Amino acid sequence: MIELKNLTKVFDSGGVKAIDEVNLCVPEGTIYGVIGSSGAGKSTLIRCVNLLERPTSGQVLVAGQDLTSLGEKALRQARHNIGMIFQHFNLLSSRTVYDNVALPLELAGASRQEIEQAVQPLLELTGLAAKKDSYPAQLSGGQKQRVAIARALASKPQVLLCDEATSALDPQTTRAILTLLKDINRRLKITILIITHEMDVVKSICDRVAIMSHGKIIEENDVEQFFLNPRTELAKEFVRSAIHEKPLAEIEARFQAEPSAGARPVVRLTFVGQGVVQPLITRAARQFNTDFSILQADIETVNEKAMGFLMVEIMGEPEAIEQSLQFLRGSPDAQNSSTVQVEVIGYVS
Amino acid sequence: MSADAWSLLLKALWETLYMVVSSGVVSFALGIPLGVLLYVTRTGRILENTLTNRVVGALVNAGRSIPFIILMVAIIPLTRLLTGTSIGTTAAIVPLSVAAIPFVARIAESALLEVPGGLVEAAQSMGASPMQIITRVLLPEAKGGLINGMTITLVTLVGYSAMAGAIGGGGLGDLGIRYGYQRFDGVIMLATVTVLIALVQLLQTVGDRLQQHYDRSH
Repeated sequence: MIELKNLTKVFDSGGVKAIDEVNLCVPEGTIYGVIGSSGAGKSTLIRCVNLLERPTSGQVLVAGQDLTSLGEKALRQARHNIGMIFQHFNLLSSRTVYDNVALPLELAGASRQEIEQAVQPLLELTGLAAKKDSYPAQLSGGQKQRVAIARALASKPQVLLCDEATSALDPQTTRAILTLLKDINRRLKITILIITHEMDVVKSICDRVAIMSHGKIIEENDVEQFFLNPRTELAKEFVRSAIHEKPLAEIEARFQAEPSAGARPVVRLTFVGQGVVQPLITRAARQFNTDFSILQADIETVNEKAMGFLMVEIMGEPEAIEQSLQFLRGSPDAQNSSTVQVEVIGYVS
Repeated sequence: MSADAWSLLLKALWETLYMVVSSGVVSFALGIPLGVLLYVTRTGRILENTLTNRVVGALVNAGRSIPFIILMVAIIPLTRLLTGTSIGTTAAIVPLSVAAIPFVARIAESALLEVPGGLVEAAQSMGASPMQIITRVLLPEAKGGLINGMTITLVTLVGYSAMAGAIGGGGLGDLGIRYGYQRFDGVIMLATVTVLIALVQLLQTVGDRLQQHYDRSH
């Protein structure tokens, strides 16, 4: 639905490449997250999708149409098909909730009746029916973002762009807004591109994710695979923050990175689906007469699937430990690496 | 105060109101579009055009730098062309308007600059044309600031209109100068000043009320 081809944006001042040869493809109907630290170029990237920012070179295809080739008027027409919401909502303070949502339709020249017919269901979808005559200043942050979402959907776009849409909201409101976005994605089959620096956003609603750093996309994957098997250092960091992995304080004094005689391995097991890893561990324990000490464990919901993170210390005879590790690594689940990831992160003596 | 003095005062008040309101209307009608032009042609705004911005900006600055008393005399040919005469209350409306237009333009420009850039961006993302952005977003969002600016302009025009006596415009200021100052009539002087103060207070109060009524930003 959205395709960026060799997209580059250089700002005149300084000649720094805010976006550097980015290729990105967002399939129809998916929720796609682009995550990165501030200054990575992700805001510029999303602003290039509806050409609020004109790329220096490269192509932007939305619904098969190359936006970079369009004239002013055709571009305005194409933008009716691309809704956008912002971190600071950008609602018109002089208009009521109803009139804010009606704005895109007014701009497109819709009649009063058409506007009425389109706005009312959107207010209901976003839970704003009771607030229809309020002014933005009377609303909470979450309500303002709901108005912005309703407004972005008013022209029945196929694509919704979210530029840090939850970054100004508290965690509870963020969750509610994300649930609404997921709901909209399902009901209206709308393709959503989300820019964020919050891993929680990716974790809760994205189907696919890309990591951006210094203007480049450095890693891209399905969201479960991304959590199971992050490849770059930055991706690993993001995943660790999302699973709330804590430093291993209690074993820190005994911890070492390299193996040595008599040292026991500390293993991180990452898995999709509950109950996948527990039988593996008990079987290994029985078969090789080893003990597993659980150092940390957490179950997180990633894109509506349960994902577990387990940190264990394996104890026993050196040979038995090695066999247990082999067993965990060699298990059918671990082998295809789609559901269980086994990683030795260090040793304790 | 004698009945004569009262009728003088009433007539002068009427002349002042006539001059202030007429030149106010003319200067808003021409000054606000000029202010919009100054805003949209600025660097980074929706119709960025450095040349237009510089030329219009220079004209506006020039208009604002000419002392009103000199402007009044200097544009007599224009006044005559537009009103058929160069003296009288109606004739005074022309220089008053000419002086107020650049003032209004700058005030409108600064009111528009107060509108958050994100709103313009949001409108652009919805496919709004520059004209739609001006009429549907910028002007409605700047309404509070524009009303404030209009109040300031009207009060300033009350002050300027006092000088209109120089071309026979009449009004309260002229009454104060001719009777109060030149004829040492303390009572009329005091009465004129009192009415002027009351007029300015009234304008400011009405302006503030309107601004509050239309300002929905908090």
